[in-house]
Amino acid sequence: MSTPLELLFAKTRSENRAALIGYLPAGFPTQQGCIAALTAMVEGGVDAIEIGYPYSDPVMDGPVIQAAAETSLKNGTGAHEVMETLSAISKIAPSVVMTYWNPIERYGVDRFLADLKSNGGSGVITPDLTVEESATWLTSSLVHETNRIYVVAPSTSAERLRLVTSATSGFVYAASLMGVTGTRTSISSSAQELVGRLREVTELPIAVGLGVSTPDQAREVAQYADGVIVGSAFIRLLQESATLSEGVEKVRALAQQLSSGLQRS
Amino acid sequence: MSTTLDSQILGHFGPYGGRFVPEALIGALDELALAHEVALADPIFQAELAELHKTYTGRPSIITEVKRFADHAGGARIFLKREDLNHTGSHKINNVLGQALLTKRMGKKRIIAETGAGQHGVASATAAALMGLECVVYMGEEDTKRQSLNVARMKLLGAEVIPVTQGSRTLKDAINEAMRDWVTNVDTTHYLLGTVAGPHPFPTMVRDFHRIIGVEARGQMLELLGRLPDVILACVGGGSNAIGIFHPFIDDKEVRLVGLEAGGSGVETGLHAATISGGSPGVLHGTRSYVLQDANGQTIESHSISAGLDYPGVGPEHAYLHDIGRAEYRPITDAQAMEAFGLMSRTEGIIPAIETAHALAGAMQIGRELGPEAVLLVNFSGRGDKDVQTAAQYFGIPL
Ligand SMILES: Cc1ncc(COP(=O)(O)O)c(C=O)c1O
Repeated sequence: MSTPLELLFAKTRSENRAALIGYLPAGFPTQQGCIAALTAMVEGGVDAIEIGYPYSDPVMDGPVIQAAAETSLKNGTGAHEVMETLSAISKIAPSVVMTYWNPIERYGVDRFLADLKSNGGSGVITPDLTVEESATWLTSSLVHETNRIYVVAPSTSAERLRLVTSATSGFVYAASLMGVTGTRTSISSSAQELVGRLREVTELPIAVGLGVSTPDQAREVAQYADGVIVGSAFIRLLQESATLSEGVEKVRALAQQLSSGLQRS
Repeated sequence: MSTTLDSQILGHFGPYGGRFVPEALIGALDELALAHEVALADPIFQAELAELHKTYTGRPSIITEVKRFADHAGGARIFLKREDLNHTGSHKINNVLGQALLTKRMGKKRIIAETGAGQHGVASATAAALMGLECVVYMGEEDTKRQSLNVARMKLLGAEVIPVTQGSRTLKDAINEAMRDWVTNVDTTHYLLGTVAGPHPFPTMVRDFHRIIGVEARGQMLELLGRLPDVILACVGGGSNAIGIFHPFIDDKEVRLVGLEAGGSGVETGLHAATISGGSPGVLHGTRSYVLQDANGQTIESHSISAGLDYPGVGPEHAYLHDIGRAEYRPITDAQAMEAFGLMSRTEGIIPAIETAHALAGAMQIGRELGPEAVLLVNFSGRGDKDVQTAAQYFGIPL
């Protein structure tokens, strides 16, 4: 059986365009504010949603997401709030959770995936889970029919790309550069090179994330990748806005701009 | 190298250890693991390191018996392995010189390090100065205030010190920031991690560089007494000085191995850094071990009077030694550590680091439990110069 996420990529591929994937940490800027902003994203044209599980030690994240996660943790966000957000958003778009490994291990691997599934989640992005540590994760995700989305980087060797993609389902998350999340003024050439190397070893859809923030950058990435992931740019709009409703409208507007350039020529 | 423990494949110690890191770092970790393996078997590398230890560190470190202190510890015979007499004042230099040599072998020109108390930062800045490497040290803003003298020392040695303002602004956040730097600059930079935590190969490699403590002490005790000690004690922050002295004795089943964790205000108060005594299995900073964490898997901030023990994680090999019952771990409160700190200073004329004072307090407890026949060996991990301000405050000595 295919997950909603897999069906989405089948559809966008047939339409010859890239999918737009938007990210926010659950509970940011507030629990309800997050759901409102994600809803506006989808209404603005985002195809799929990544819900971040805020974590105390986010070593893959730059200052923008760190600050958002800190706000969210102060709001008391935990597994319950993540699942609640997932339940609301998966009704309007394919949704995945992005989380560091420890919260899953603490919650219980099997329980986490059972709850993810029952709340409509398609899968989980695990930026610090290596395939070597994935034995229970593999079995459990097969039982619950959820996607395992691993993150690869420009430094990942060809041999490892083969290994990691063979454990992946849904899509492969290609980190555009060597570094942490955050907006960048330009997309590194290493992104296209990495996608090229991935195409040699896998048929899976490939989405590019880390540093994509403007419509021009999204258009550029859409020419060679199956998905464009935008996170920090949305968060910044919410952080910079005086009120939630102002932030939500800005998020909607950015989603509209980003989604207008995803058609491949 | 003896690997008496469980399978070392991919750096596992039973269910602990391993690698929980972004793919971006796998290449660098593989490169490092290989460089370490090659160096272990390479007589030229070993000779180079041994020469540095002899002419720069000041090894072998001596053994001192502390009879007057022992009067307060049930009359047991207590011996100190004097890592405080190493250049830079603690055991940290053993690991730092080893990793700095590896850095040069890997052709990297820049090292980054995290530091809590500043001892590992100072040792790293020292090795960088000696070997002509660029050095950046991440230190929690809170710790730069608590340990301002060490910040100045690092700067004098030519290192750049970056205060970390994220999260709790202590050691764990300094490690986060160092890992972010590493992900970004991994091509040119080696992350010189200061303890036996982190992803493979760090727990194994850092241990191997500290084994010299236990190897020397084993020979010294045999020469001195013709027998092994009954108990070996060491303080445990991340666990590097402890594993360094424990490891060569692991097969000597009659030798008790005791790690002393920072009990802060008391484990029952929640304000402590006793990760094994008061934590639970989890993943932090790239390795599975015991962690101080809440029900959602978020790291809980640790508390200790000792900046060097103030860490909510612990090396995975200690987690394993604990679970299989080969080593014991006990919490020592701030007050117990400071009592031992004062006693050691006044009865023996040796001012310990506050970290080390936790091991000394453990020796007082266990000495009383075992009585005068017992022979205790304490890893005296560091000297107390850096702690004079904290201790003066604690004892009400005006500065
Ligand atoms: C003197 C001394 N002892 C012990 C420690 C704790 O580290 P570890 O547990 O890795 O030996 C430190 C750390 O800064 C230290 O400076």
